[in-house]
Amino acid sequence: MTTDTTHSEDILAIAAQWRAAGEQVAIATVVETWGSSPRPAGSRLAVTASGRLMGSVSGGCIEGAVADAAKQAMASGTPQLLDFGVSDERAWEVGLSCGGKVKVFVEPLT
Amino acid sequence: MKADTLARLQAERAAQNPVVLLTRLSDGAQHLWPQDAVPDALADAARAALGSEKAGSVTIANEPWFIHPHNPPLRIIVVGAVHIAQAMAPMAGPLGFQLVVVDPRGAFATAERLPGVTLNTDWPDDAMAALKPDARSAVVTLTHDPKLDDPALDAALRSPAFYIGALGSRRTHAKRVARLRDLGHDDAAMARIHAPVGLDIAAVTAPEIALSVMAEIVAARRGASLGAPRPAVPSEPRVSIGITA
Repeated sequence: MTTDTTHSEDILAIAAQWRAAGEQVAIATVVETWGSSPRPAGSRLAVTASGRLMGSVSGGCIEGAVADAAKQAMASGTPQLLDFGVSDERAWEVGLSCGGKVKVFVEPLT
Repeated sequence: MKADTLARLQAERAAQNPVVLLTRLSDGAQHLWPQDAVPDALADAARAALGSEKAGSVTIANEPWFIHPHNPPLRIIVVGAVHIAQAMAPMAGPLGFQLVVVDPRGAFATAERLPGVTLNTDWPDDAMAALKPDARSAVVTLTHDPKLDDPALDAALRSPAFYIGALGSRRTHAKRVARLRDLGHDDAAMARIHAPVGLDIAAVTAPEIALSVMAEIVAARRGASLGAPRPAVPSEPRVSIGITA
């Protein structure tokens, strides 16, 4: 049997490859959504301290803010639960203009 | 996530075992289910998530947990290592399907024509007996040859496959239906076959037909009405967008 676990959607495989290559890696996962958020719970984004990004947690709206939080999580070694939504001014800044709300869990790969 | 947890999770997925990643959101503690022993309430949530294929958050004993199911890929069994099968191959993985191509004709079922695809060169009746299509399997026949397509459809109709499609015109399909009836299949069985195969996007080229078939399989998998077998209706004459002088 041939199993392709490295295709573009397998963010875990990419995270593992990056780590094996010596990168510092964090994984962000959508854990809760309300309203018209663009990516369902379980969607993942892998981030390196060097700035590489693969995957998505919103279709582009909040990836920048999530990547910043991921870098903090890598530096501190502590996971973070992030909240993005229209009621949150920060979300407007980073452009979650679709009207949805998402919670994203960011964890360093240790 | 600990590197060890990631390695274990990926190993279970590579072995095509269903596995659920359980994350306590207050501190990031993680377990794999059913591989790790967890409290009953967590195990119940994990089992339900594998069934629904939906990730989500739950509160158990006043702690928020994220329940993330990872089912093995769904399977598409294609009979006929033909041009359309080649065009389906690169679409299957990213859409979450493992492609298995059955064709006893050695000239067709080659790794050169279908790199990275699982090939089975047995006759379709033997191949289907070995592959045992289940409720997470789709079966698509593409050979145009009743000697190859019919035994595969016969086996598919006796299986719980979630999608069965057969390439061929309405006239070809009418003849096929008559042959399958002789094998003992009734109207309800015939209604399971998507024929002509694929969503009606007036596909012409092999990649277009592959796209229409993959779209129909996704629709069936997701429960969209487009994914239900539809009664055959004669199509209106249509004009495609071409290059005009």
